[in-house]
Amino acid sequence: MSLLKSIAYRLVILAATIVAGGLLSATLARYAPGFGADERQLDARLSSESIQAIRSASREERSMATYYARSLLRLARGDLGNSRSLQRPVRELLAERGAVTLRLVGAGLAIAWGFALLLVLASWTFHSEAVEKACAVGAGLLLCLPAGAMALLLILLNGPGYVALALVVFPKVHRYLSDLVGATARMSHIVTAKAKGISEVRILCWHVVPVIRREVLALAGVSVGLAISAAIPVEALCGIPGVGQLAWQSALARDIPVLIVVSLLVIAFTVMANSGADLLADERRQLS
Amino acid sequence: MRAARTVALVVASLIAMVSLAGSLLPRFEYSRQDREHFSAGPSPDHWLGTDAVGRDRLARLLHGTRVSLSLAPAAAALSLLLAFVAGAAPGFAGGVSERVAKTIIDLVLSIPWLFLLLIVRAMLPLNTSPAASATITFLMLGLLGWGVPARILLARARRLRQSEFVLLARASGLPRWRLLLVHVMPNLLPVLVAQFWIAVPVFILAEANLSLLGLGVAEPLPSLGSLLRELETVLSIRGDVCSFGALIVLVVMVSSLQIAFVKHEVS
Repeated sequence: MSLLKSIAYRLVILAATIVAGGLLSATLARYAPGFGADERQLDARLSSESIQAIRSASREERSMATYYARSLLRLARGDLGNSRSLQRPVRELLAERGAVTLRLVGAGLAIAWGFALLLVLASWTFHSEAVEKACAVGAGLLLCLPAGAMALLLILLNGPGYVALALVVFPKVHRYLSDLVGATARMSHIVTAKAKGISEVRILCWHVVPVIRREVLALAGVSVGLAISAAIPVEALCGIPGVGQLAWQSALARDIPVLIVVSLLVIAFTVMANSGADLLADERRQLS
Repeated sequence: MRAARTVALVVASLIAMVSLAGSLLPRFEYSRQDREHFSAGPSPDHWLGTDAVGRDRLARLLHGTRVSLSLAPAAAALSLLLAFVAGAAPGFAGGVSERVAKTIIDLVLSIPWLFLLLIVRAMLPLNTSPAASATITFLMLGLLGWGVPARILLARARRLRQSEFVLLARASGLPRWRLLLVHVMPNLLPVLVAQFWIAVPVFILAEANLSLLGLGVAEPLPSLGSLLRELETVLSIRGDVCSFGALIVLVVMVSSLQIAFVKHEVS
């Protein structure tokens, strides 16, 4: 029952986020500079009736309530609007670019998590202070570099974009994981298990992982948001035609409709990833 | 670790002082162009060379560091003020307000805020002045970056609310405002200070990301982030090691701040 309650709570949060985000986005779009200005009004080839029709359409859009209602109705119908700068439906643009971003984010996350887990496992198994210090310094250095600079350095080294994304996510995941494992290793039942001579791998799999899995799952959800945020500078600077690059181009071209839809979808996706990770952690906790 | 912290503190202070003192000298005018030397290497006139339009790199680095180091702490202070209102106050009050605040904070934390920054930054009028663009960029960072400190302050305030000395004070009939100001605030102060120093490097890096995308501090005013855009020129045309000056200062500054002030722990 409490799992069902948890699912219902997260669904409500997701719906509230989308509605609130939609309303906020509509407000931002409504008050953005240049809203309602239509250059067709200056077209001498159009008849006065046509220009009048364009004017009355933009007057209707100026009413906040009408604009909200229309925005929500359009979204509910699956109509995401048209891009002003690219002159194409936003839906088409997202379909083209979504897969590219998903591949980039997936590859970056897989590399970051794989590398972080490998290093944490290595330092747990070998207890080498040198390895731990090298990892801490390396991760600390990467934390001091902005994602955009990482992408530029990767271009300089002819590296692929997903490595830049992995390098942005890796230090945060590694630092949190190693702190988490370190704190768990000091717990009394782990110290006892070590004193009894149980193998390191067995302690890790049977005694450490069950303790930290909830935090690790939460971290997995958070890392999705991190990777999506990092995708903007990485895609923009590495020239990868994904959703991040679309958001950047829309921001430069002040293409507010695209920017708002993209942000809304990304926010919904991130909230879903976080909720999914939390739900999984809740379910496992109840099963154990 | 203590020695490393001292060294980091000295390095951060040195960078701050040199940038402040240097940028005040008339010799280091950040927008003056030397039309004889475009993308020039180091020389007695230009110690770090000039950029693609003939401006002195050292002058721009000094001014850029000063801009980032003066505005990032202001943004951090603003975000902490918001975090106090959204986190500490409901955490101390408890009940429904605490639950609502926790839900809102969780929601804010799960949003990739670079997208929000892009939206807000894209809405600024095209004729925004460079100084206004710098102020607005850091103001946005302050307005959007309160999630993490709010969550920490909420947890701390809740722990304080449940502590014995607060219970005793309440039982003695101490007014709520007096309890908050005289007894709770001094206990929240160390957390506020720690969160402030965590936020400063985070905001410097966030501004760098925005500026690298052309959406941060507008030209000709430099910031540590906008100076990194020169790296793109290095990749596409030509450049020397001095083009990496801003990146080196940024990494040294941020790492010094993190080593000196940030004590990372699993919460």
